[in-house]
Amino acid sequence: MLTLSINYVSNPSFSGDKRAMATSLTINGTAHQVDLPDDVPLLWVLRDEIGLTGTKFGCGVSACGACTVHIDGEAVRSCQIALSDVQGEVTTIEGVGSPDAMSAIQRAWVAHQVAQCGYCQSGQIMQAASLLAQNPAPTDAEIDEAMQGNLCRCGTYPRIRAAIHDAAARMKEA
Amino acid sequence: MASIGKIVRRTFLIGSAAIVGGVAFGAYYVTRPAANPLKPGEGEAALNPFVLIDQNGVTLFAPRAEMGQGVKTTWAALIAEELDVELDQITVLHGPAAAAYYNTAMIGEGLPNKGYDISNFQHNLAEALGVIGKVLSLQVTGGSTSMKDGFVRMREAGASARETLKQAAAERLGVDRSQLTTEAGHVIAPDGSKIPYPELAMDAAKLDPVEAHLRDPGEWRYLGKNLPRLDMVGKSTGTAEFGIDVRLPGMKFASVRMNPKLGGSMKSFDDSAAKSMPGVEKVVDLGDGVAVVASNTWLAIQAVEAIEVEWEDAPYPPETDAIFAKIAEAFDESPNSTMRDDGDVGVMPEGATEITAEYTVPYLAHATMEPMNATALFSGRKLEFWGGNQAPTFMQMKIAAAANLDSEQVEVHTTYLGGGFGRRGEFDFGVIATKVAMAMPNVPVQTTWSREEDMRHDFYRPGAMARMRGAVKDGKAVLIDGRVASQSCTHQAVERITGFAGGGPDKVLVEGLFNQPYAVPNYRISGHIADLQIPVGFWRSVGNSHNGFFHETFMDEMAHTAGRDPLEFRLELMKSEHAPSAGCLEAVREMSGWTGQTPDGVGRGVAFTYSFGTPVAQVIEVLDEDGTIRINKAWIACDMGLALDPETVKAQMFGGMIYGLSAACYGAITFADGEVEQFNFPDYDAIRMHTSPQVEVRVLETNRHMGGAGEPGTPPSMPALGNALFDLTGKRVRTLPFADHFDLLV
Repeated sequence: MLTLSINYVSNPSFSGDKRAMATSLTINGTAHQVDLPDDVPLLWVLRDEIGLTGTKFGCGVSACGACTVHIDGEAVRSCQIALSDVQGEVTTIEGVGSPDAMSAIQRAWVAHQVAQCGYCQSGQIMQAASLLAQNPAPTDAEIDEAMQGNLCRCGTYPRIRAAIHDAAARMKEA
Repeated sequence: MASIGKIVRRTFLIGSAAIVGGVAFGAYYVTRPAANPLKPGEGEAALNPFVLIDQNGVTLFAPRAEMGQGVKTTWAALIAEELDVELDQITVLHGPAAAAYYNTAMIGEGLPNKGYDISNFQHNLAEALGVIGKVLSLQVTGGSTSMKDGFVRMREAGASARETLKQAAAERLGVDRSQLTTEAGHVIAPDGSKIPYPELAMDAAKLDPVEAHLRDPGEWRYLGKNLPRLDMVGKSTGTAEFGIDVRLPGMKFASVRMNPKLGGSMKSFDDSAAKSMPGVEKVVDLGDGVAVVASNTWLAIQAVEAIEVEWEDAPYPPETDAIFAKIAEAFDESPNSTMRDDGDVGVMPEGATEITAEYTVPYLAHATMEPMNATALFSGRKLEFWGGNQAPTFMQMKIAAAANLDSEQVEVHTTYLGGGFGRRGEFDFGVIATKVAMAMPNVPVQTTWSREEDMRHDFYRPGAMARMRGAVKDGKAVLIDGRVASQSCTHQAVERITGFAGGGPDKVLVEGLFNQPYAVPNYRISGHIADLQIPVGFWRSVGNSHNGFFHETFMDEMAHTAGRDPLEFRLELMKSEHAPSAGCLEAVREMSGWTGQTPDGVGRGVAFTYSFGTPVAQVIEVLDEDGTIRINKAWIACDMGLALDPETVKAQMFGGMIYGLSAACYGAITFADGEVEQFNFPDYDAIRMHTSPQVEVRVLETNRHMGGAGEPGTPPSMPALGNALFDLTGKRVRTLPFADHFDLLV
């Protein structure tokens, strides 16, 4: 069995009066000033401070992918990026599309009725969007490679795979 | 939207509580309507607890937990089918915790019959017993019962509301109701003019409800079809609200630590470091644990981890080996139940070959993707609760008790569930959130558990053992004598809900073992309860989750001893016993091109489990890829009689299978020093994209009675994989998980 070093235990503890100065972030094209300690992970800045709850907390140790966002277009685990380390523009699921204006990948997700409980799907979509940006026509093996960090306890994988292939086709037509 | 939580008298009972065979459980009580929990506001009419019409349109109530199984959509479709409304023009809400939303199907499942051999009399008896669900306010989502429960009642709710609206229109227009029709939320007059339902709602509310006949299935527009799920856009855009996403003005965020020695109390704690950490507002002494309220969940987690706590020991043996020794001891005691005892297993048929085997499966965590959490707001005389949960009326009762309030003073808001699998039928996360909120009156507080806290404080699928003895003769099974031992999750759950120790024969402990549709002349199955205090609970498919593995691995072993193809061996015993079950086996035989032969480097296994009224057969194929074994393909056939939404059923079938394969491959909760040794997904992994098989599902519809969908896909997955691994390697593994014995792809 693996021995796990828990992320938040290994972090240095806070000194009582340590307060960071306001940090500037650009999220989904909007500038935000955040007044939180430097080492608060981006995930918790998004969820509890900005109120963008589409990005989910699953494990806190980069093992499930539920918290995946983009920084300058690249998929990262927001539970592992400290506030002070955020360099670049952040895109969350809310920035990919809205219910009234869904992106091609979200439309593919709906068309294939991918979600079951749906909790992991924001992260799945963010990871898949990053894959498709780099590789407009991924093979099954390339999908396996790119998506294996994203856990889904409902087991929606067959439909995620189908939706990625479909999104690739939709984006090619667009 | 109506103000919710108070009671109006004016309501009506949907469907009759016909009592069959003279069974009567307080006829007055069961025929008296459960109070309508919807209190219509000005300009609104709640025609019954499931349909609300106001000036904004039609709202349907689907008071079952949406945890991925699609119940919100299919439940709404049952009402809409008769009410004549378009699914994209209505709102569907979960609604409050209320006795009116009882589950009629749940209690019937407790009858000591095998299920597949149920007679019409027993079926009707189970239906009649369903009314007990109402008496007990059993608003529960579980046991794969939602469609059985809602199938008739919700169509009747829709039909009666429709006819009442038509009656209101008839009186307004001065015509007979029979001259009117309905379409897309309107009553259509004889001259073709249309009256929208909202215009008729207030008049309809003054009428006695009108009874109506249900439509012939041939007229259905929604049921039996693949409907777009109502939650799909929200779940694809990050806008669906789970419990953890609830945001209220002035809200604070908390996290909790309970004793990792489960059930042990707390000696003392030192919070001096935690109190001065950034963002911390308050440390809360829960008596048996500690919580920190902060400005941010992560800051709360940091601080609660920084509290030094001394814990008392757990009330069970501290190491895994000693725990399983205790489970094995249960075999020496008289059985709790013997629910099948056909022929005489004491006499070995002459000329038969005997075979014995012992199997062991570990404790398992539910590991929902959304960690346990809930939000509560306490204002002295009232408590509001927000969160995903599978049993709102019980949750209401439990958190009312924790807050010293009456149930009426507690309002439960049920959100989407980021996975349930049985875990969110418990109340601990609600009670903890309530206690934390009570320390912060008039401030909404969301209490979120770290993944580690969630993994290490579950109500686990109990570890279980089976001792199987069988005999084959002339290529057939002639004797099966099986015994299973584990803790009783039923008895524990009864005690948690009622406060009284559960007792009596536990059907759940032996389900999947005693009720399989095989014609074996000498067939006895007993259940033994291990006396252990580890918290255990209902895990997707419950007893079937271990018994399916025991029974179907043993069937495979018997087939090989008999020198028979394992699929044909089963089919022969099944054909005369239950045709729909045999049909599932025949379907996977055809779908997979089963020949009984596999080339080098390929292994195939078959397994079958009848559970929750639904027979499911699966064939799984594994490949040896340079010494690493990959699950390549899977074929599933199921027969639940009527599949109300076939694509949703397919999703539940492959999802249930993958949940089972995750456990079969990697799942094990173990104990050291009284604490669970697993913390997070790196040491409790699951099937992922690259380890998930290609899958094909066939949905058959020959079964006479309606079966469930959410759970039956899970049990056969584990033995089908084990049987495939045996076919590939010649190695028979009788202890899970398989990753301990094979080099599986990870």
